[in-house]
Amino acid sequence: MDFYVGIKGKDFVMVCCDTSATHSIIRIKQDEDKIIPINDHNVFCLSGEAGDRVNFTEYVIANVKLYALRNGVNLTTKGIANYTRHELAVALRKAPYHCNLLLAGYDEKNGPSLYWLDYLASLTKVNVGGTGYGSYFTLSMFDKMWHPELTPEEAVVMLDKGIEEVKKRLVVAPPSFIIKIIDKDGVRVVKTV
Amino acid sequence: MSIFEYNGSAIIAMAGKNCVAIASDLRFGVQLQTITCDSSKVFKVHDKLYLGIGGLQTDALTLFQKVKFRTNMYKLREEKDIKPSKFGELLANMLYERRFGPFFTSPVVAGLEADGKPYICGYDSIGCLEKAEDFLISGTSPESLFGVCESFWKPDMSSDELFECISQCLLAGVGRDALAGWGSVVHIITPDQVTSRTLKGRMD
Repeated sequence: MDFYVGIKGKDFVMVCCDTSATHSIIRIKQDEDKIIPINDHNVFCLSGEAGDRVNFTEYVIANVKLYALRNGVNLTTKGIANYTRHELAVALRKAPYHCNLLLAGYDEKNGPSLYWLDYLASLTKVNVGGTGYGSYFTLSMFDKMWHPELTPEEAVVMLDKGIEEVKKRLVVAPPSFIIKIIDKDGVRVVKTV
Repeated sequence: MSIFEYNGSAIIAMAGKNCVAIASDLRFGVQLQTITCDSSKVFKVHDKLYLGIGGLQTDALTLFQKVKFRTNMYKLREEKDIKPSKFGELLANMLYERRFGPFFTSPVVAGLEADGKPYICGYDSIGCLEKAEDFLISGTSPESLFGVCESFWKPDMSSDELFECISQCLLAGVGRDALAGWGSVVHIITPDQVTSRTLKGRMD
C-alpha cells in the first residue's frame, strides 16, 4: 500500500514516501522514487492506480512546463494545485484518474506550501498531510509535534519517528522510504531509510 | 456511507431584522479520517451575497467555480452585482442542468436585497428551490441542526442577537456529528458591512 506524508516547515516542505513498487502481493522494485519533480521547486507524491498516477502526473507536468514556456514565468504552487484539481474534476465524470496526490512546493512570493489532492478532485492546503494506511498511524503524531517555526532538523526527527511507528504497527509496512526537502534552493534528497 | 456524507459538512443560514447570517463548520475529512480543520464551506459571491455549499467537496469547489464564472459574466454585462433573488433562480437552473448527473451538493444562499430585506434559500442536489423566512440548514446531521434552529430562532433579531443565535445553534448542532465540527466560521451580513468571525469549538 502506498504511503506518503508531507510536513510544511518555516521555509521548507519535507516529504517522505515509501519506495516499493508492488503488483498485488509481489514487490517488484524496492527503490522506486515516487516523489516526482514538476519543476525546480515543486514535487508530486504519487499514490493510487499504477497506470493512472504516472500518466496523469506526466500530463500535468508537461502542461506546467508549457505554461512556463508560453508565459515566460513559472506557475506558483497554488496555480499548479488548482490546475491539477481542474484536470481531475473534468476527468471525474468522464474517465476518472484514480490517484491521490500531495503537491509540495516553494515559491518566492508565497514561501513553502503543501496541497492535498484526492482522486475525486478534492483540494485543500495543509500543514501536515498524507495518505495510505501509514498515514493513520502518523498524522496525529505529526499534528501534535508540528509548530509554525519548524526547522528541517525537527522535521527529520518527526519523520523518523513516523517511519518507526509505521514499521512497528502496520502489518503491510513498506520496508524502505525516501525523504526529500523542497526549499528556496530546490529539491534534494535528505536521506533514504 | 452516502456520497453526500463522504466529506462532512454543516451549514446554517438565518434571517434577522435587516440582516442575515450564514455559518459553516470547518472540518474537511474523508469518511471518518479528518484531513484539515480550516476548510470553510461558505463562499462570497459579492458583498451582499454569500453561498454555502455542503456535500461532496470536489463538487462544492466545481460548483462555486461555475457560479463565479456566471456571476462575473452577469456583472460585466449588466454592470451591477446580481440580486440575491435572481441568483437564487440562477443557481436552481444551474443545478437542474445536471439533472441526470448531478453535483452531490446541497447549497444554501444567504443575502440582503437592495432594500435591506434578508433573502435565504436552499436547494437539494438537483435544484429544487426552497425559500424561507427564518432559517435553512444543510449538512450531515440535519435533524440536530433543525432541532436547535427551531428552538432558538425568533423573528426580528438584531445582528448581535443573530450572531449569538446562529453560533450557538451551529456549535450545538454539530456536537453529536462525527463528520462535522472542529470549529466554525460565521458571517453576519448587514447593509453596511460583513463581519466574519471564527469560533473555537470542540475538536472532535
